[in-house]
Amino acid sequence: MSNITNEGLILACSAIGAGLAMIAGIGPGIGQGIAAGHGASAVGKNPGAKGDITSTMLLGQAVAETTGLYGLAIAFILLFANPLLGKL
Amino acid sequence: MENNVDFMIHGLVKFHLFGQELWITTTHVCVLIVMLVLIVFAVIANYKIRHAKEIPDTFQNIIELIVESLDNMVNNIMGDNAGKFRNYIGTIFLFILLSNLSGLFGLRPPTADYGTTLCLGLITFVMIQYNNIKYNKGRAFTELFKPLPFLFPINLIGEIATPISLSLRLFGNVLSGTVMMALIYGLLPLFIKIGFPAFLHVYFDIFSGCIQTYVFCMLTMVFISQKIPEGKS
Repeated sequence: MSNITNEGLILACSAIGAGLAMIAGIGPGIGQGIAAGHGASAVGKNPGAKGDITSTMLLGQAVAETTGLYGLAIAFILLFANPLLGKL
Repeated sequence: MENNVDFMIHGLVKFHLFGQELWITTTHVCVLIVMLVLIVFAVIANYKIRHAKEIPDTFQNIIELIVESLDNMVNNIMGDNAGKFRNYIGTIFLFILLSNLSGLFGLRPPTADYGTTLCLGLITFVMIQYNNIKYNKGRAFTELFKPLPFLFPINLIGEIATPISLSLRLFGNVLSGTVMMALIYGLLPLFIKIGFPAFLHVYFDIFSGCIQTYVFCMLTMVFISQKIPEGKS
């Protein structure tokens, strides 16, 4: 244990934290899948409104994706612009 | 290994202004290239439309198709209010689309820099609030205290979060595509690098880029038309 420097410890924990932050991807994945499923069934019921349904579905999916992207932003910050290294 | 993977923004020229150290980065260069392409295209299109022919040739047809489909998109979402916003939405649509697609031509997409997307988000924010105050007058402020006065901070955060989430969405999607492509290019041996990444480019650059462009413009239009009451245009 004594070989680990402070910097190395922070980098290792940041990498683990970045991995954990990407767990945020689960929610948008499920949400987008549900939206796409309902979109598909809506097209099945009313094939004439395919354009409107597709654009509404994409809009909803894009909004649902935001939470996942917050996780991604945290992961990128931890990996490439680590603010914790400056606190040493 | 370390040298192969490269997706960061690089500084090119350093200068000092008002005591601050400022950089001209690759993002600036890419934005300029995108703008140059758009300006040249606009000048040629303008010339062509001024000298429009009775029987349109290919280029004239393409211009008419682009303008018509952009106008249709704005008309579908904003309805009666579309008139004033066609220019703005069409402009940012073309700019973001070309920025996202510029990854195909070996540039670093300018939208993969938070500076670019935050500016786009702030322009949208100003437009939303301007229209809010213009059409709702005093109600634009009293609306923040509804339904209960002590919810004011939450409503305020909700308004401020709009441009941040808009810009982060575009930034995150394009940056994740850029990083993923850079990692793949860094990992693959040389002989697979020819041809194979094209399929990934189709997804990360073309599909994701087009969807995000559409979503950004769509959300801008939805947010603006939310603030304009029914029957006013």
